[in-house]
Amino acid sequence: MSKQINVALIGNPNTGKTSVFNALTGLNQQVGNYPGITVEKKEGVCKLSRGIKAHIIDLPGTYSLNASSLDENVVIELLLNKNDKDFPDIAVVVSDVENLKRNLLLFTQIKDLEIPTLLVINMADRMRYKGISLDIDYLEAELQTKIALISTRKKEGIDNLKNLIANYKELSVTPCINPSDIDKEYFDNLQKAFPNQLLYKLWLVITQDVNFGKTDRKEIEAVANFKTKSKADLKRLQQKETIKRYQFINNALKHGQTIDASQAKDLRSKLDRILTHRIWGYFIFFVILLTIFQAIYDWSSVPMDFIDSAFASLSEWTKIQLPQGAFTDLLAEGIIPGLGGIVIFIPQIAFLFLFISVLEESGYMSRVVFLMDRIMRRFGLSGKSVVPLISGTACAIPAIMATRNIESWKERLITILVTPFTTCSARLPVYLIIISLIIPEGRFLGLGYQALTLMLLYFIGFGIAVLSAYILNKVLKIRSKTFFVVEMPNYKLPMFKNVAITVLEKTKSFVFGAGKIILAISIILWFLASYGPGDNFNNAESIINTEYASQQLSEDEINQHIASYKLEHSYIGIAGHAIEPAIRPLGYDWKIGIAIVSSFAAREVFVGTLATIYSVGSDDEATIKNRMAAEVNPILGGPLFNFASGISLLLFYAFAMQCMSTLAIVKRETNSWKWPTLQLFIMSGFAYVVALIAYQLLK
Amino acid sequence: MQYTLAELKRGERAIITDVSSIHIPLKLLEMGCLPGNLVELVQLAPFKDPMYLNINGTHLAIRKETAVHILIEKQG
Repeated sequence: MSKQINVALIGNPNTGKTSVFNALTGLNQQVGNYPGITVEKKEGVCKLSRGIKAHIIDLPGTYSLNASSLDENVVIELLLNKNDKDFPDIAVVVSDVENLKRNLLLFTQIKDLEIPTLLVINMADRMRYKGISLDIDYLEAELQTKIALISTRKKEGIDNLKNLIANYKELSVTPCINPSDIDKEYFDNLQKAFPNQLLYKLWLVITQDVNFGKTDRKEIEAVANFKTKSKADLKRLQQKETIKRYQFINNALKHGQTIDASQAKDLRSKLDRILTHRIWGYFIFFVILLTIFQAIYDWSSVPMDFIDSAFASLSEWTKIQLPQGAFTDLLAEGIIPGLGGIVIFIPQIAFLFLFISVLEESGYMSRVVFLMDRIMRRFGLSGKSVVPLISGTACAIPAIMATRNIESWKERLITILVTPFTTCSARLPVYLIIISLIIPEGRFLGLGYQALTLMLLYFIGFGIAVLSAYILNKVLKIRSKTFFVVEMPNYKLPMFKNVAITVLEKTKSFVFGAGKIILAISIILWFLASYGPGDNFNNAESIINTEYASQQLSEDEINQHIASYKLEHSYIGIAGHAIEPAIRPLGYDWKIGIAIVSSFAAREVFVGTLATIYSVGSDDEATIKNRMAAEVNPILGGPLFNFASGISLLLFYAFAMQCMSTLAIVKRETNSWKWPTLQLFIMSGFAYVVALIAYQLLK
Repeated sequence: MQYTLAELKRGERAIITDVSSIHIPLKLLEMGCLPGNLVELVQLAPFKDPMYLNINGTHLAIRKETAVHILIEKQG
């Protein structure tokens, strides 16, 4: 007989909670969102003994049940709502053996909610290096729980952990502290007012702003209004509560844990002496960034070229193999090039997420936050803004969500507003293809010109982001409390499994998320490019045949002329011509205009659109790049993609706000249409002006 | 003699004597920044801000503007 239980994994950040989740579920996991908010929800399944199946939720990392961010709110909302379908049968609190004392604070809070709570002490392999020894039996008795001492790195103790989870019914639910010890009069009155409720739960509801499930909402609101004390007094009680909790913890650890400091090997302080050094620290950070960009450019060019030509061949092959007709054309000219435009991203996105997750997992990212805080503050940002700005190089969407741990609203808002200026991976295909067309190959000091141009574009993105932050900081009149607390975790060698799963999950969700839009737009574009109104389009063949009747042209050449005449008079051609006056001063023709318009939904559509437009009606097996290189400027002659128009396009894409998903996320995170609307018009207007100036100066 | 945490020098240790709880985020208190606990200054960023501290075994960084609300007694 099989039975399913809900298991909630809870823990401080940097305790290896995700490693425990990965060890329990392997690839049996899925990432979604909590309904209505963009907090990532990770859940998975693990088979335990005696036919029990565990449904495991990896809750966002939190230091305490007193939530200070949206992510942390998720934890407390779930734990306080018994009616939630995910309400845990057992809470598994993951702690790190080196930070046991602090990690236990959260443990005592959860235990006080009278949920069966199991304590996992992770990173047991580090005990030897740090001279730590634990008396597990004693600690189990003092903390009134079961303890699983494990090492996810050495894969030790996982089976024992599974057994302990399966036996969740044996766990004690005795609370750790009694709220009445904090302030007898206040808490006794509170209990009298709500005799059927758990006192600690009432206290949590009073001290924070949490949304609860519908069912007990009325009752909860009554509790939240039970305010017989001022805010400052409540905070004083919270401090007293925290002191009580640490007394309880210290009491347990006094005999349960011994640390022989002489045994400790201190890698941390040695590394920190260099990595957070006021000169070397910055130098190393710069070198790391440089390496990442060079690596992404070099390593992904091979698979990208391969993907590009593979899709060109596939398209050609489809045309030959399938019977002629509209469906074959849609497949070969619409869907396959469109898909190619998605798949070509995979190498770079994977590399970017690889580097970012290694930097995060190793603990280095916190050092960057420390180093950059003072500098960033001058621009109205926080040291924590560095993380969104760096992850913005992968995608602005997770980057904007990563601003949630910035405590000051003003710093956070500015970070959200400027993050889309950083060069996200969706800009990369546009950059790469244009750079390869207009920048010569060759090397300078061992770095390729093309790689240097790309790096320059990244710096321009960061530069404009920081500059606009500076302006916003002066313009925005928002007063918000600023404080800044960032944990400096131990350095750790990133675990292969964690990094691999992150890269896989992020790439997958990015490709499928963006892929849907790109595919849909490719199909629409194909229709618009393959059909047109009126006689001009329908009679293209006879018109061309008459026009060129006097010239001796081969059948191929005639067909070329027919195809381009048809395209020009298709729906898309008409639309393109309509906007041409606005974009001609920037050096673009109507085809580029179409690509720009369609890429307002998502930048990466640009290459796919050009691929679709150029492949409609052409038979030869050519890559997108070859087709673009062959385009001729209809007015001036010479290649359409020359240095001036290329630079103008690069700058346009560097600054324009062309991503509907980002706008949607900004709306969600700022809870207002005002900010995304401003972003759209200011960024795109600025992009237009800069591209215009660049082209007029260079042409 | 009474100092604030902002006056601690690199490598120095001190005992926290008082925190002004209204000016200090709860999160910092919960991470161990409480009276009686030992604090050591591990590293300073340029312009002596932020401060990289070891409080009671927890390593964290805070800004100077927060540190001035924490009173300490320097150790030998």
